[in-house]
Amino acid sequence: MNLDTIVEVRRPVCADEVTSWRDGLAWLGGGTWLFSEPQSELDTLIDLDSLGWPALEVSAEGLEIAATCRIAQLHDFEGPAEWTAVPLFRACCNALLASHKVWNTATVGGNICMSLPAGAMIALTAALEGVATLWPRGGPPRQVAIADFVTGNQVNVLAPGELLRGVHLPASALRKHFAVRQMSLTHLGRSAALIVGTVGAGGRDFRLTVTAATPRPVVFQFERLPAADALSDSIEAKIPSDGYFDDVHGAAPYKRHLTTYFAEQIRAELAGGGAA
Amino acid sequence: MNLTLNGERVRGEPRPGQCLRTFLRDLGCLGVKKGCDQGDCGACTVWFDGKPVNSCLVPAFRAADHAVTTIEGLSRDGVLHPLQQCFLDAQAFQCGFCAAGMIMTVASLTDEQRQDLPHALKGNLCRCTGYRSLVDAIGGVSNTEGDKAGSAMGASLANPFSEAIVTGKARYTMDVAVEGTLHLKVARSPHAHARIARIDKAGAMAIPGVVEVFTWEDAPRRLYSTALHEDHLVDPDDTYMLDNVVRFVGQRVAAVVAETEAAAAAGCRALEIDYEVLPSVFDPEAAMLEGAPILHDHGGTNRGNVFADIQGEVGSVADGFARADTIHENTYSTSRVQHVHLETHGTIAWKGEDGRYHLRTSSQGPFIVRSKLCYLFGLRDRDLHVFTERVGGGFGGKQEMLSEDLCLLATLKTGRPTTWEWSREDQFIGASTRHQMTTRVKLGARRDGTLTAIEVRVVSNTGGYGGHGGETLGAALGSPLCAYRCDNKKAEGYAVYTNMIPGGGFRGYGASQTTFAIECAMDELAGVLGIDPFALRRKNMVGPDDWIESVWRDPSDISFGSYGLDQCLDLVEKGLADGKRIAKPHGDEWVEGQGMALAMLDSGPPTEHRSGAVMFLKPDGGYHLAVGSTEMGNGSTTSHRQIAAAVLGARACDIVIINADTDETPYDTGTFASTGTVVAGKAVHLTAMALRDNILDYASRNSGKPASAWAIEGDAVVCGATRIPLIELHAAGTREGHRFEAKRKAYSSPRTVGFNVQGFRVAVHTQTAEIRILQSVHAADIGALINPSQCRGQIDGSVGMGIGWALMENMVYDAGGRMVNPSLRNYRIPAFPDLPRNQIAFADTCDTIGPLGAKAQGECAINPIAPAMANAIANATGARFRHLPLTPDRIYSKLGPRP
Repeated sequence: MNLDTIVEVRRPVCADEVTSWRDGLAWLGGGTWLFSEPQSELDTLIDLDSLGWPALEVSAEGLEIAATCRIAQLHDFEGPAEWTAVPLFRACCNALLASHKVWNTATVGGNICMSLPAGAMIALTAALEGVATLWPRGGPPRQVAIADFVTGNQVNVLAPGELLRGVHLPASALRKHFAVRQMSLTHLGRSAALIVGTVGAGGRDFRLTVTAATPRPVVFQFERLPAADALSDSIEAKIPSDGYFDDVHGAAPYKRHLTTYFAEQIRAELAGGGAA
Repeated sequence: MNLTLNGERVRGEPRPGQCLRTFLRDLGCLGVKKGCDQGDCGACTVWFDGKPVNSCLVPAFRAADHAVTTIEGLSRDGVLHPLQQCFLDAQAFQCGFCAAGMIMTVASLTDEQRQDLPHALKGNLCRCTGYRSLVDAIGGVSNTEGDKAGSAMGASLANPFSEAIVTGKARYTMDVAVEGTLHLKVARSPHAHARIARIDKAGAMAIPGVVEVFTWEDAPRRLYSTALHEDHLVDPDDTYMLDNVVRFVGQRVAAVVAETEAAAAAGCRALEIDYEVLPSVFDPEAAMLEGAPILHDHGGTNRGNVFADIQGEVGSVADGFARADTIHENTYSTSRVQHVHLETHGTIAWKGEDGRYHLRTSSQGPFIVRSKLCYLFGLRDRDLHVFTERVGGGFGGKQEMLSEDLCLLATLKTGRPTTWEWSREDQFIGASTRHQMTTRVKLGARRDGTLTAIEVRVVSNTGGYGGHGGETLGAALGSPLCAYRCDNKKAEGYAVYTNMIPGGGFRGYGASQTTFAIECAMDELAGVLGIDPFALRRKNMVGPDDWIESVWRDPSDISFGSYGLDQCLDLVEKGLADGKRIAKPHGDEWVEGQGMALAMLDSGPPTEHRSGAVMFLKPDGGYHLAVGSTEMGNGSTTSHRQIAAAVLGARACDIVIINADTDETPYDTGTFASTGTVVAGKAVHLTAMALRDNILDYASRNSGKPASAWAIEGDAVVCGATRIPLIELHAAGTREGHRFEAKRKAYSSPRTVGFNVQGFRVAVHTQTAEIRILQSVHAADIGALINPSQCRGQIDGSVGMGIGWALMENMVYDAGGRMVNPSLRNYRIPAFPDLPRNQIAFADTCDTIGPLGAKAQGECAINPIAPAMANAIANATGARFRHLPLTPDRIYSKLGPRP
């Protein structure tokens, strides 16, 4: 929709051009959220596209995903053969309520910064041990694990004006096997639960990332694949019964049920060798 | 900036915050539609450098030096793109508002995406078709046949506006550029019940571009109802155009008109409004208790918050229950839902050079709008012209005057054109809804299944205003109770004011709600008795020799013009047994079951309805047909042409039709409750017959042969070996002062009845509560089919809408009465992945009352859907769910063992 109160669009070629910050400014990624709701408190958009960040950069250390990488680009990414977790990219794109048309506009960084519980790019990057690089206004860059970046429903660690530059996915995580489960109240709708498990060779380094069912990602880590009871006990210990996210896309008790149910399915699947 | 638009270099300067959608419309690409403006519906899909995007989400400035293709750029040199032709052949649209975005999406798909249509198309919403015809289009299946003279009746002819729809040229309400128009926006109440203590306009008037602010002090102080019924006495006069008391969150409080939409919105934000908050009540049972806050001290009520109460009894249910071997009693409830016609409400008003006021609007009843506006503003009918061009869906939501009044107020006061286009959020918080109803059903039966008594109590939440409250309650106690033969029936119903958003007309109109309750109860009764659900229906269903009777003995104007309920039951039973189905998914956690339900509905509404048509023979030998009813995707223009063509032995394309225009067409009381077919269709039928007689009389006059010896065959009149082309006949007649014209009117009475039966086979996952529809079988008794393809389309759409009501749609409110999900991403309607391909069959009947043997087709098909679904889920899982919607999170805990 038209954003009637916007009087200026700035198109910096370098983020450092934006030195001061005030209310009324907003970074513009793809714009698919900003332009989907009235934003009457904003007056200026600062376009990130003009910064020209490369969308995806592969190195021996892993994958650098620019915040401005379009979701469609991530969906189409084909990594080195040993990166067995790359098919998870597509699975998580498909877990978005938004259709492929929105992916042509929407950015990975935008989805993460929206910090919705059902943000599938959060699930993806948290599950793959992503680390965000943040550029504050007037300070050195800092790094935050994606699992810690989102702190609640549409709440995150970004300070006013602070910019998400990108996410690094370590090669070690990309070489893991994964299993994913998703459920929504309507078919291919917004996730009521989006849960990802990953495991390294020989059943080591098991990691379960719970999203959508909870206001923020909740990560469980085990040195080895746990037994069923151990996993369900730790879920119960870490997520209190009132710790699930209740909204029109799923009532909290249902999400709690899905979490335990899917967690065990994922554990069992990965115990059987993993789906890569 | 420069961009390449549909292959041509163009220049334009978007505003900084403008989205591509409105920028493209400013450049003249009016095929780019707005369904939601939030990226959820896909109606605005265009290609950006060849890739499909939702243009409402794309910042316009980003198009600089890029290529954009809209629907207008898809066909080249007047030749349709192959996919446009496929959409036309398959008739993959009804109102057509979604078609441009749908075509732009499908035309962009890769082969890989075409293999996975649920993912590929989940971002394009269609409220009319249920997506089946869309799949046909993609598969190159044609659902149309050739237009041959003399064989229009029963032919699957294409919608006359098909080419305009698939090319984006069809003009919906907002698809005109009006020079110098003002834009109107309203400030809406944040409180469920409040008195407005003060409105300070100064802040708003100080905004550059704001022209005028209207509050309750500026509007006519006349009570009326926003509901459109010619018989205005059936709705309470409980509404002021702008009031100093607000009765639901979202009620309009003030209107701001400005040079731009932006200034009008800023003006609304700058208004200072002081409210004196009043106690509120949301639950109708609570609203009926002593001491509840009373909403209205005027209007049609002196009984607290009970706007309407209806009772009746035939026989004695006390005796009936005493004779019963088994009694089943339970309570069922249905949710409040929105129509979600893809085109929102909107009106453009202006004063013409003729000194009259003109309103271009999105309405199901332009003549009634005119009457109401004349009443409110003290105008004469002849001073006001109200018309629709193409309307993007209605479903009852546009049987309401919600946008026209303020536009006219602004134009009267400023002298300038005024445009008001609603947002999707406006639709959810400020329009009308399906009445939420709670229904207690008590059934008594003998061991063999014979019903001995039926008792029903309905409580309807009519919200802050009572429009349609009484009529939907009457419908709730009407046909659903007529469907069963039983000596003892009793019903009582209450339509109750609360501080919720008002109810309104909605496809099925009250009968849907009671059908849900009774059909679920019948299924439960069948279970208790150990009788097959089909058998229990057959034992008790109304037969062609029975009286059609609910709970009143009064004589009625309803009778069996035809009867096909027995056939419908057979068709669905056989379809479920033999028909094609998807296999149940593998795994012990999936359970499978089937369910059915029936519905009966009067063809046409009980209150006063009439319609007129005018036809004349044109000098070119074609015909002009003017009929007052509205086309909003219901297909009435298609069927009206076919009715006239059938009578005149013409091709449908020989008939030019105009509709729903208070200047250009005869009076019509509105298009809803299937009046498009059964009233306006009858008027067209009578008019065409009169014109045929007129033509044949004239032919016989010059020939010396009786009129009965003459016939119209295509483009000529024929008598034996004599053949006079209509062009010549017209010329000769005109020279002699003959007029080849006719006008007739039709009335809604007498009325016939139609039937619909639905069967579902479903699989339910006992852990996630996911529901997959394995099979959907529908049988309809709608008399003779005027256009079989269109009839199937109407039923597909009804089934889809019914599935939405049953499985997902729900307007959710917080404790203060504020809707928490007023957007299409949070209020989900069925998308492509949610709907099955229906197996549709028709009873072989020909009605003696309806035009050319036809009956109502668009209304009743929704009524058996939700109960059939609930019954199928109960059959699959053993758990009964009595409260809509049946979303996984509401049902999972009663399914199967928990780990």
